[in-house]
Parts: sequence; C-alpha cells; structure tokens
Amino acid sequence: MEINKAASKTRDFKLKGLNILSALKGKLAFDFRTVLPVTSVLIAIITDVFIPNHKNLKHPELMHYRYFLYISLFAAVLFTVLSLFIKKIRDRYGYRGYFLTGVYIFLTFLNIITAKLLLLPQIYFPSIARIFEVFFDDTKLLLTCIGSSFMLLVKGIFIGFCLGMICGIAIGWSKRCNYWIFPIIRILGPIPSSTWTPLALVIFPNAKSAAVFLIAFGVWFQITVLTCSGIKSVNKAYFEVASTLGARDRHNLFKIALPAAAPTIFMGFFNATCSSFVALMAAEMIGCKSGLGWYVNWQKQMLAYANVYAGLIIIAVFCYVLVTLQFRIRDKLLSWQEGIVKW
Amino acid sequence: MVEAAYKSTGAISVRNVRKEFTDTKGERVVALDNVNVDIYPGEFICLIGPSGCGKSTFLRLIAGLITPTEGEIFLDGEKITKPGHERGLVFQDPTLFPWLNIYDNIAFGLKVRHIYKERKKEVREFIRLVKLEGFEKALPHQLSGGMQQRVGLARALVNNPKVLLLDEPFGALDAFTRMNMQDELLRIWKERGTTMIMVTHDVDEAVYLSDRIFVMTPRPAKIETIIPVDIGRNKKYGRKRDSADFLNLRSKILRVLNFTGKEIQPEYNI
Repeated sequence: MEINKAASKTRDFKLKGLNILSALKGKLAFDFRTVLPVTSVLIAIITDVFIPNHKNLKHPELMHYRYFLYISLFAAVLFTVLSLFIKKIRDRYGYRGYFLTGVYIFLTFLNIITAKLLLLPQIYFPSIARIFEVFFDDTKLLLTCIGSSFMLLVKGIFIGFCLGMICGIAIGWSKRCNYWIFPIIRILGPIPSSTWTPLALVIFPNAKSAAVFLIAFGVWFQITVLTCSGIKSVNKAYFEVASTLGARDRHNLFKIALPAAAPTIFMGFFNATCSSFVALMAAEMIGCKSGLGWYVNWQKQMLAYANVYAGLIIIAVFCYVLVTLQFRIRDKLLSWQEGIVKW
Repeated sequence: MVEAAYKSTGAISVRNVRKEFTDTKGERVVALDNVNVDIYPGEFICLIGPSGCGKSTFLRLIAGLITPTEGEIFLDGEKITKPGHERGLVFQDPTLFPWLNIYDNIAFGLKVRHIYKERKKEVREFIRLVKLEGFEKALPHQLSGGMQQRVGLARALVNNPKVLLLDEPFGALDAFTRMNMQDELLRIWKERGTTMIMVTHDVDEAVYLSDRIFVMTPRPAKIETIIPVDIGRNKKYGRKRDSADFLNLRSKILRVLNFTGKEIQPEYNI
C-alpha cells in the first residue's frame, strides 16, 4: 500500500512536470529553418570581412554592403528569437527560411565575383556596395523619379481604365456598339503602344502627355477586351432570374453583368498594369526629363552602371508594390469568388 | 378542384399558343402547338412528360422570357409580353448570384423594385420561412444544394408573386431532401396562396403535390391530357404516398405517357 502510494505520488509529480513541459512546449517551439537565414548572413559577413577586396577595386572604402549585412543579421536574429515564441512568425519565417538563405548566398557569390576577385569588368558589374551607395547618394533624384513615374502611371491607368470600361461595356452590352467599335478595336488594339510613339509626340504638346497617352492606350485595350468578354460570357440564367425578379435593363447591367464580369475585368486590369509598366518605361525613354525609365536610360549613357542597377532594383520594387496593392484590392472586392476561381 | 384559393389573383389563360424555334440548321422546329388551358388562382399545377415535350418552353412563355409565335397568354386578363416580378421563377439550378450573400440574394427583387425600405421585414420573414436563419451573411457557394434551392425559393417568393414557376426545382436534390422540400413548398403554398406551376419528370412528385397534372407529349409537343388529382391532402398538405388512390393515379399517368407509344425515359437525378 505504502509503496503504491509513493509510486502514485511520484507519478503525479511526474505528470505535473510533464504538464508544465508540454505547456511550455505548446508556447515554445523551435524550427531549424528559422536559423538558416542567420547562418547565411553570417557567412556573407565573414566573406566580406575576411576576404580582402581585389587590389584594383575602385572605391574599396564603401561600407554600405557591410552595414546592410549587419542590419540583416540583426533582423534575422530578431526573427529567429521571436519565432521561438510566436507561432505565426515561426511558420511564415520558417517557410521563407530556405529562400532568404538563398538570397544571401547569392549576394555572397556576387560579392566574391565582383569586389573580391574582380572576375567581371567593373564598369559594367560594380560591387554591391557601390549599387547600395546610389540609394544614399542619389536619394533626392530617385525620389523625384519615383514620384514622376507614379504620377504618369496613375494618370495613364486611370484614363485608360475609364475609357476601357466605357468601351467594354458598350461593346459587351449593345449590339450596335459591337458592330461599330469592335472592328476598330480589333485593328488598333494589338498594335504595341510604343509603336504610337512618333504619332504621340506630334499630337501631344509635351512628352509627359504623350507618355500618359501611351500608357492609357495599352490599358484601354486590355480593359476593353476583357470587360467586353466578361460581360458577354455572363451566364444568361442570371439575367433571366433577375428579370423575373423585376430587374430592368440598367439593373441587369449594373447589378448583374458588371459584378459577374468583375473577375474578368480584374484580370484585364492586372494585365493592363503589367503592360503599363512596359509602356511607362518606353514612354520615359523617349523624351521625358524625369522618371525611373529615364533615370536608367540616362545613367546607362553616362556609363554609371551602379546607378542603372539601383534604378532597376527600384523599378522592380515599385512594380512589385503596385501589383501587390492591386491583389489586395482584388481580394477585398472579390472575396465572393474564393473557392470558385484560382489565380 | 381548387383547394387553395386564398388569392383571387394569379389566373393564367393560355390561348392557342404555338411556339416555334429555329434550330442550328435553320429549320423551324415546333416546340409547342395549339395549347389552350386555364389555370385558376391559387392552383398547384404540375407539368409532366418526357424531355422535348415543351414543358420548359411552356414555363418560359408564362414567365415572359420568350414570346409565343402565335396565340396569347394572360395573367388575370392582362397579356404577358415580358418578364415581370409577379411571375417568379425557380430553376433546377438555383442560379443564386454568387457575388451577393444570402440576405442580399433574397433582397434583390425588393431592391431593384425600390421597395426594399418598406418591406425590409419580409426578407427576414422569408429567411425564417425557408429555415435559413444564421446564414444571412454566407455566400451561395458555402451552402449545400438543398439550402441553395431554398434561397432560390425565398428570393422568388419575397416579391410576393401571383404565380410561381418552378422548373424542376428539386431535380438535383437527393430523395430525402427532395421530400422535405416538397413539404416546405406545400406549406408556403398554403400560407401564401400563390399559384404554382411546376415542371417535373417525377410522377410521384406530381401526384403528391398538385391539384391538376398536365401530361405533355413530344412530337407534336402539346398537352395530351389534364388529370385532376382528386385525393385528399394530409396534414402536411401532401398526399399519402402509399395509398391505393395514389398508386392508381400514378399508374394511370404512366399509362397515359405510354399510350403515346413513346418509351418513358426516367430522368431522375438522384
């Protein structure tokens, strides 16, 4: 009896201990993938610090890349620690672990073949530090360029979107408009908008408005085509049901056709945004005196390739942000089609 | 014969109606020929017959979605020329608007008719009537087939139509859900006194629900006979499914369908 009691006591104790452990275990967890980025950043730092720069490297004094790595290390360690405690961070950061690791390995590789070994002509392939330096040196100009490009893009997309919606609805909804406008779109639409450059430069008073036209043109075509096809392919039964519920023509258009076509219209908007980047870059290279496209082109002519790369990085981030923003809006507006359409 | 004459409106008169379509080869096809029939207010009618006999065409003519080639159709003495809210329509596929939630789907008719503010209460009422409380915010694709069909019913009924046209509304449902829905439909019918015109392939369903059955035959597509269902209704307003009268009537209808010399093709979608 006595022994039994004692045994049960120890078992209780053990159980309690286990409970605490498992409670902690529920809170605290370790995912090895969260350590990988830290390791790779460390490797990058070690490479940068201990391998000497090539003796012919220009501007070996620039430390931007190293500071960037230090900040990266701090962030990586912070996330690794946080992910011990917070499940959400652990899952997301862990999931991205391999990718981030890859990024820093790639940077290290770049660092080695440029600054350390100078395997490539440095005028075309400057060191990472020099590219990063541009962000600090040229901040003001770059910001103006971002602002200018953004304004061009917004104006172009807005005008193109509005006109595209009007044309798309007209063609999709009315047989007569379809008869008159559709052939014109068939002929004009597929012409790449940059081809219009010579004409645009003549018609419009300045390069900026010509650029807006070129962007708007591409957007207009995409939106028109997809709005029209979206409206035409709406399930006829929706219109039948709606009209037996008392809907009139305008209800059928605004309450049935447009919402039903919204996913297709959004697809058109996405395509249009992507093609508008192309049009923007083309437009800015023809005569504008600011903008990201102009910046890259101008720096190329100056043989300032570090600035070219910096410009390209900014363009990439710029487009990425705009596209992401658009996806967010789509998810909000079209949440009803979750589980119906996959992108 | 007319058991539920709560409303004095909802009478349909079909006069010498003929409907032709042009098929893909450009030839004229007669979808419905020489139809003359009267449907009384508050009556429950089932249209039965094999495919291609013009059942759906008949329904769509009454709905006003298509117009007859010859002849006229009247609702309470007024000629039907286009779709209207006084003739509600429910398809086999509930065709709910996927971008609207359940509440907005049901409120759609009231909103487009600009009477939503005054009759807001009725939306809730119909949600309760079809037992979908708590699903107001759900989206159509989140609901089961039976629930979606109930939303479709409520959406048509909230307009308080004089006539409700049902095109195989329970065809896609399993047998059990179907029987439940039949009883619910009858309850609503008794409560509202709406004239019901329902297309079905299911002889049992027709006998269970209707006051009169229009048996239709293809080639030539027409109403072959009208069979009154003179069987007392039970407390759920339906008929006792295993009574001798029920079974007799059932075989009578099957005989009528066979009498035409055409094979009966069962089209149960269970």
